[in-house]
Amino acid sequence: MGAAMESVIDIEGLSLTFERDGQRNEVLRGLDLSVPRGAFIAIVGSSGVGKSTLLRVLIGLARASSGTVRIAPRPGQRQPLAFVFQDSRLLPWRPVIENVAFGLEGSGLTRTERRQKAHEALEIVGLAHLAERWPHQLSGGQRQRVSLARALAVEPEVLLMDEPFSALDAITREALQDELVRIWQVTGKTVLFVTHDIEEATYLADRVVVLAGSPGRVVADQIVDAPRPRRRSQSQEPDLVAGIRQHISGELLLDGTGI
Amino acid sequence: MTDITLPAGPTAAPPARPVLDGLRQVGLAAAGLSLFILVWEALPRIGLINSMLLPAPSVIPAAFWAEIQSGAWASAVSASLGHYTIGLAVGAVLGLVGGVATGMSQLAEDMTSWVVRVLRPIPGLAWVPFAIIWFGVSQSAAVFIIAIGVFWIVFFAAHGAIRGVDRDLIEVADAFGFRSARERLFKILLPAAMPGILVGLRTALGQAWMAVVAAEIFGVPGLGQRMIQASSLLATELVVVYMLTMAALYGLLDTVFVAVQRWVLRWKA
Repeated sequence: MGAAMESVIDIEGLSLTFERDGQRNEVLRGLDLSVPRGAFIAIVGSSGVGKSTLLRVLIGLARASSGTVRIAPRPGQRQPLAFVFQDSRLLPWRPVIENVAFGLEGSGLTRTERRQKAHEALEIVGLAHLAERWPHQLSGGQRQRVSLARALAVEPEVLLMDEPFSALDAITREALQDELVRIWQVTGKTVLFVTHDIEEATYLADRVVVLAGSPGRVVADQIVDAPRPRRRSQSQEPDLVAGIRQHISGELLLDGTGI
Repeated sequence: MTDITLPAGPTAAPPARPVLDGLRQVGLAAAGLSLFILVWEALPRIGLINSMLLPAPSVIPAAFWAEIQSGAWASAVSASLGHYTIGLAVGAVLGLVGGVATGMSQLAEDMTSWVVRVLRPIPGLAWVPFAIIWFGVSQSAAVFIIAIGVFWIVFFAAHGAIRGVDRDLIEVADAFGFRSARERLFKILLPAAMPGILVGLRTALGQAWMAVVAAEIFGVPGLGQRMIQASSLLATELVVVYMLTMAALYGLLDTVFVAVQRWVLRWKA
């Protein structure tokens, strides 16, 4: 992960303040982050620290108050970023295949071509056999796979994932984590993965960026160089996990915000 | 050693007997209906009620047959169905457009809120004088009366349904770059609001039948006019014929609508 690597997202001095009912709530202040092409970066922090807001700014669901965000798509790329929400947010009136094809509408592709691409994306997540089902017929894990396929179908450069596995049971979550790593390795996408689960972050990512404080800012940026495939055990990166914990709790104590 | 006796409980769910239960239900319904007709038949026969005021059910088929033979039944039904269909279509389309527009745009809602408050409580029948002044005693007048009733029902149903659409789903459209009002409307709002809109349409389907009679009473040809004619001649059996005709037509339309609705909403759990 040298500095020589080309970055796909460059964030400089990003600040964001919400204003609601006359109350100013500063969520992020002066955040810098450079995301190299092909990296798997986890962003961890406690709730309310602005990590989801950061992803929402990148995809355009929230507007930064100041700072710059530069996104460098590959030439000819229609949609450089794709979002995976915490809850799958499938459109219940569309069958699975039409949900996956959703982002391709308006791309100039014919319906057949869109369905073809959607089918390929479903194959990547291993759900091609459920293409004609309705979302309500799927399990939570299947829905989240479909949501991932919907993001993959637009062939983005970067996957923005906002706590995508936090609502799943432990067994399903572990299966989907491994699935995501496999997909990341096969497709070479860049992944920005927001989570509050430090173990999940260190298990999945190349690099863990810790946000803390109020307003949130980057308090630590750690490389995880454990070889892949990684083993899932408590003692995998004990020093790293403990260090990140300390960063987060230290900030909380300093801010006096408590837990 | 002590014997422990477990309390006896139900070992399995009682066996289901769907066929028998179904038969029982049909049988009970038939029995209830027969009893109703018997009492109805008996009341004028034993002289409790003057048969001029309440015709016995046994005289209805003959009256129905005569009405069909004269051609009056077919022409009344087709005229009323015409008013009904056009009034329903006009009211539903305008109500849908208005409800969606005020549901999507705060500006549209703010601008119309007092107009709505003024016009909404005026019953359809109160528009009869204007209907006659504007359209004369004509088909258009009947269509107008029917459309007004339908309009409000569909307007409020559509407005509420669009307002109630989950913001999270709109964000999905935003995240995938569909941000124009048009894309939002057709990709998210309309399909998501469809269940609520269809409930409104179904209510309107029934309401419009009532409006048909009201709209025709003042002389536009159709079922309502025929009923008024019959009642002024004390031909009460004819009034019953048309009451049953309306019930049957409504039942048929509602059944078809529910089937269509079930198909459109087949994605629902």
